[in-house]
Amino acid sequence: MARENYARPNSLTSHWMQGENCIRDLERNPLSSTLDRRAFLKCALVSGAALGICDFAQPLAAIPSWATPQKQDDSRFTVEARFYQKLPNNKKIKCKLCPRECTVGDRERGYCGVRENRGGTYYTLVHSRVCAAHLDPIEKKPFFHYLPGTLALSLATAGCNVNCKFCQNWDISQVRPEQVPADYAPPKLVADLAKQHGCPSIAYTYSEPVIFAEYLMDAADAGHEAGVRSVVVSNGYMQEEALKTAYGKMDAVKIDLKAFTESYYKDVVVGQLKPVLDALVTLRKMDKWTEIVYLVVPTLNDSDDEFRGLARWVKANLGVDVPVHFSQFHPEYLLKNLPITPVPTLERAKAIADAEGLHYVYIGNVPGHPAENTYCPKCRHMLVERVGLMAKQILIRKGNCPFCGQHIPGVWA
Amino acid sequence: MNQRDTSRRDFLKSCATGVAALRLASKAWPADACAEAMPLLAAAEQAASAKSRVVVARDAALRGPGTAVDSNRILSLLDRAMQNLFSLDHPGEPWKQLVHPGEKVGIKVNALGGRGLSTNAQLVAAICERLQEAGVRAHDIVIWDRDTDELEHAGFRSSTADNRVQCFGTDRVDYENELETYGSVGSRLSKILTQRCDVLINVPVLKDHDGAGVTIALKNMYGVIHNPNKYHPNGCDPYIADLNMLPAIRAKMLLTICDATTACYEGGPGYKPQYCWQNNALLVSRDPVALDYTGWQVIERKRSEKKLKTLEADERPPRYIATAADERHRLGTNDPRRIEVVEVAA
Repeated sequence: MARENYARPNSLTSHWMQGENCIRDLERNPLSSTLDRRAFLKCALVSGAALGICDFAQPLAAIPSWATPQKQDDSRFTVEARFYQKLPNNKKIKCKLCPRECTVGDRERGYCGVRENRGGTYYTLVHSRVCAAHLDPIEKKPFFHYLPGTLALSLATAGCNVNCKFCQNWDISQVRPEQVPADYAPPKLVADLAKQHGCPSIAYTYSEPVIFAEYLMDAADAGHEAGVRSVVVSNGYMQEEALKTAYGKMDAVKIDLKAFTESYYKDVVVGQLKPVLDALVTLRKMDKWTEIVYLVVPTLNDSDDEFRGLARWVKANLGVDVPVHFSQFHPEYLLKNLPITPVPTLERAKAIADAEGLHYVYIGNVPGHPAENTYCPKCRHMLVERVGLMAKQILIRKGNCPFCGQHIPGVWA
Repeated sequence: MNQRDTSRRDFLKSCATGVAALRLASKAWPADACAEAMPLLAAAEQAASAKSRVVVARDAALRGPGTAVDSNRILSLLDRAMQNLFSLDHPGEPWKQLVHPGEKVGIKVNALGGRGLSTNAQLVAAICERLQEAGVRAHDIVIWDRDTDELEHAGFRSSTADNRVQCFGTDRVDYENELETYGSVGSRLSKILTQRCDVLINVPVLKDHDGAGVTIALKNMYGVIHNPNKYHPNGCDPYIADLNMLPAIRAKMLLTICDATTACYEGGPGYKPQYCWQNNALLVSRDPVALDYTGWQVIERKRSEKKLKTLEADERPPRYIATAADERHRLGTNDPRRIEVVEVAA
């Protein structure tokens, strides 16, 4: 996942100190316009609780992560995988979770690093093995048309089935589970915590939920029993059967469509585009509420043709009402040589998608930009005003525009 | 950082005996630059271009009457291998040319295959004995792989006690936070490599590998990084070669002693006794590419003897060996005309 950062365990203290410094700046100059965008983001992301605005971006006390690294009891997190096939020779297996279809020999792991062949049986090593847990506004995922203004109990395990060169959370997504501190958070505990903290949803996010599909399914079941919904933030790089089974239990899905060319997926993502497009179509057929994020990386996926191709494909295959977020890239991980996406590039992407007829095109990672708000596609009135990652004002009534009565697709309550 | 003394004496010593080391040093510059701006190194390259030596030392009686490797015989086998590699008469001499008192020496073993198919602990004990005789303090020697439990399952006893040879996995000290990158690779390196080793002796096992074809010297470096799982597509090519280009690996690598006492010709890298054989041999070289090429041929011969397909026919030829030898990497040679295989028998 590229956009949604988590608080890194190794830098948690300094992370909080930076946030506090921001607050002090604000207190000294509450009307100051000198606070830059980055400082604002830090305040919004890191110090929500201290500001008294909300309760997000805090590690949950009930899941006391970031303790001194210690040997983890592997057996607690090890459960036989759901999606694989045993092969006839040499105790090998073929993973059927994602399109990579790793053939894994005995004692070896798949590309994701969290599934291991032990004597011909394939295991997930990350069931209930939570390495990041926070209370986030659901707008941070981002979901803009799904329960706006609410908090989501947000969880991740280590691992990912691709290797995006721009990954913001690579220190949990590109590691093996034993390499990061983690806590045991069985499904019922997750559901109870969500209830306890007033979260109407659990979000599986930060790293790549495809690779903890078994845990996600069990947590969703526990959540539903407790009246808590589940949403997933995913790359959509998944086999159809696994997608239907695992994401069939989700109430909403956000897909990172990382580009609209196979070459980008091959070179930058280490994956493939077509299975992701197929997954989006499948989700549409399943009638899942779906939003799309496209991280715009300067020079790599920011051409007019790609924006236009994407918009036309969405319109033709998913419909004009699917929200599309064009997000700003920040240099991270293996792509530190590129600049931050210029805002005009994002505005160009939005203008092209608007012109192709998409109704809900947003600009992400640019706090204060008017394209973070939701507007009625018919009368153009603003219906949801957002500041940073907060829904400040929500005017939609029973799923309709209060000004003209236009139906606004989404899940609003 | 490598803290080796770079005095004139050492340099001359390297010229005299360590042509492979000079070959490695010269690779820091493009070939043309070497020829024009580094005449000494270019000359050394020319001199070294003769052949890379790989010693295959074998002892049919390595195990005595039982199945366990005899500690005296493995020490003797190691000595013969080293003496032939360095063309020296005394068992201690090669080690004195290789390491210096005060240096911290890492012995990177392979413990993935449990007791059945991991680096033999008796062999490692023999290496430690010779290192200490060469003046390296016990405490400055660390036997390591990625995980302490795996080391113990493979027959090593973990140790961090003072005045003793150290033995533990990266799980005890973690990986560096910063990524090291080259080509297709971006990885965090074990702090054992970066902080506990001035030089490295690679002691892999001769094995078949279901993805890469074979896993010998070069692939054993997958145990040095935090994310080896990302580098198995496409037969691990070019990942293995790119990984071995990382300066911390390339600059510290002194020698490969491949444990082929028990080797695996099919079904690797996990231990499958039906596909292992008691080969009772060591492969030793300062050129890891030449060693991998030679080891690959040993495995192919065994596969042929067992009426198995070649690795090429099995659609998993170890292409990474050629990549490691190409112009971009130049980690050694895979050209059989430039490899001198010296067979040594007990």
